[in-house]
Amino acid sequence: MLVEEMMVTDVITLKKEDSIKNAVDLMKEKKIRHLPIVDRTKTLIGIVTDRDIRSAVPSIFCIDKQKEFLNKPLETIMTTDVITAHPLDFVEEVAATFYKHRIGSLPVVKKEKLVGIITQTDVLKTFVELTGTNQPGTQIEIRVPNKPGTLADILQQIRHFHTNVLSVLIYPDKMKAQSKIIVLRLGTINPNPIINALKEHQYEILWPNLSGYHNG
Amino acid sequence: MDDKIAFVFSNNLLNYKFRQGHPFDQKRIELTIDLLKEIGALSSSQMILPRMATDEELLLVHDPTYIEAVKKAGKGKLSIEQAENFGLGTEDTPIFPNMHEASAIVVGGTLTAVDFVMEQQGKHALHLGGGLHHGFRGKASGFCIYNDCSVAIQYIRKKYDAKVLYIDTDAHHGDGVQWTFYDDPNVCTVSIHETGRYLFPGTGNIYERGHGQGYGYSYNIPLDAFTEDDSFLFAYRKTVSEIARFFQPDVILTQNGADAHYYDPLTHLATTIRIYREVPKLAHELAHQYSEGRWIALGGGGYDIWRVVPRAWALLWLEMTGQVEKATGTLPKRWLEKWGNRSPVSLPETWDDPENLYPPIPRKSEIEEKNRITVEKALQILKG
Repeated sequence: MLVEEMMVTDVITLKKEDSIKNAVDLMKEKKIRHLPIVDRTKTLIGIVTDRDIRSAVPSIFCIDKQKEFLNKPLETIMTTDVITAHPLDFVEEVAATFYKHRIGSLPVVKKEKLVGIITQTDVLKTFVELTGTNQPGTQIEIRVPNKPGTLADILQQIRHFHTNVLSVLIYPDKMKAQSKIIVLRLGTINPNPIINALKEHQYEILWPNLSGYHNG
Repeated sequence: MDDKIAFVFSNNLLNYKFRQGHPFDQKRIELTIDLLKEIGALSSSQMILPRMATDEELLLVHDPTYIEAVKKAGKGKLSIEQAENFGLGTEDTPIFPNMHEASAIVVGGTLTAVDFVMEQQGKHALHLGGGLHHGFRGKASGFCIYNDCSVAIQYIRKKYDAKVLYIDTDAHHGDGVQWTFYDDPNVCTVSIHETGRYLFPGTGNIYERGHGQGYGYSYNIPLDAFTEDDSFLFAYRKTVSEIARFFQPDVILTQNGADAHYYDPLTHLATTIRIYREVPKLAHELAHQYSEGRWIALGGGGYDIWRVVPRAWALLWLEMTGQVEKATGTLPKRWLEKWGNRSPVSLPETWDDPENLYPPIPRKSEIEEKNRITVEKALQILKG
């Protein structure tokens, strides 16, 4: 999935001449933590976060200094070396950028103009959609040998049942290096026929199951 | 029995039948009725017939195109491609002849129960054919075609303007009902279910609390797999009593799915028949405390139709009619004889389950602790 499909395009911004107080009020009102700073042509020139403000604000005991601080223009505290994303970046790249730079949001810039913003929450939401948990379904986990053709064989078994596969995730098995875990989300309330068919083909179903404990 | 209490039933309700061997099997209602009759707890004068829901009533919740599709499907006139868009013709909800009529009478039965209670013909009514809580506006899901719970609640809102508390103790999350009323502060939905981590439908986490005006009017208690009686009942009692006190409902609608039992083949909770004694007891009390007794109870899931559902649903009716003392000791011999040789599993001989129904659950105390924390978190906003 691409950034342009996930980003918010109605971006709330300020100008570098606006005061720090403006930014504080706006963040509070809109419940946001990142304010891109743009010029008249919508070119991105900086960003101010709630963290920038908190770390720059003088002690609460110096009220005069604090007032003076709040009246300063945003250009005095904004970060100008902004990490940005492009509308054609992939969700995985953006997730890696958040992780690497320990930041919570990325302005999306196309030809130097601000066209959107994407936050960690947007990315998380996209990952939730990728796992299919936003549609009614049952999840099963299968431990499989790490070799070609396994996934195809499993899906071949499922094909006999008129059941939709909502998502497929494959991740490394932390317990056994030579195997992988396949997580399937199935569009059914009754996965038993599929589980039984997989068991008949010697597949190890990890869940639903509990460490050697069987229900029913 | 001072008050008149209704048991909604007709054989037409048994037409909601997908195919032989399908896990959703309304034979369980026949088994329940027979059990109740054997112990002399259900008389024909208490039984009332369900009516058919009109299209207009179904439209309170469902899309017109969906209703048309269900009608066509039941006449064999819906193509497979079209059917798939509506969740029909799947392994869960296969197409069957006259499926519209069979589903509309399920909804009608729930409306019959609603009118009985709301028009003060009696304080409580039970409709075991209802409780199909997964049905969506335009899609069948999880064995449910039309969502009788949602239609009935919307019908109560429109016709009687009453505040509805919906309590869902089916082992699966009551997603269809929750989403229908997600932004409505006059309908409070509470669902206590096995966590959706693996189990269908996957939703029902504590942070689904409602939206906009409806924020704080949806509650979810996702219990850990292998939750046992004490922990289940702790979660149920605490959640439901606190929410009822906060919400002050005009009427209580309960969805009494009976699939949280250890024997149930589709879920992984580990409760016994004891919870089916206790769950209706509290609902009954709360209905009298807050809603002048107005209580409509519905069926729902329940896939061990031999060993679990008949006892569980009989207990629901016995609680409703104040006859629980009739459910002690052994089950009636005639009932056991009649159904014993038709059942693929051997039937339990007593109303209560034995102590050692299942081997001890590993990590029991961790499961209990986790459930306790879940309840606390889910109810946090009530304190604010």
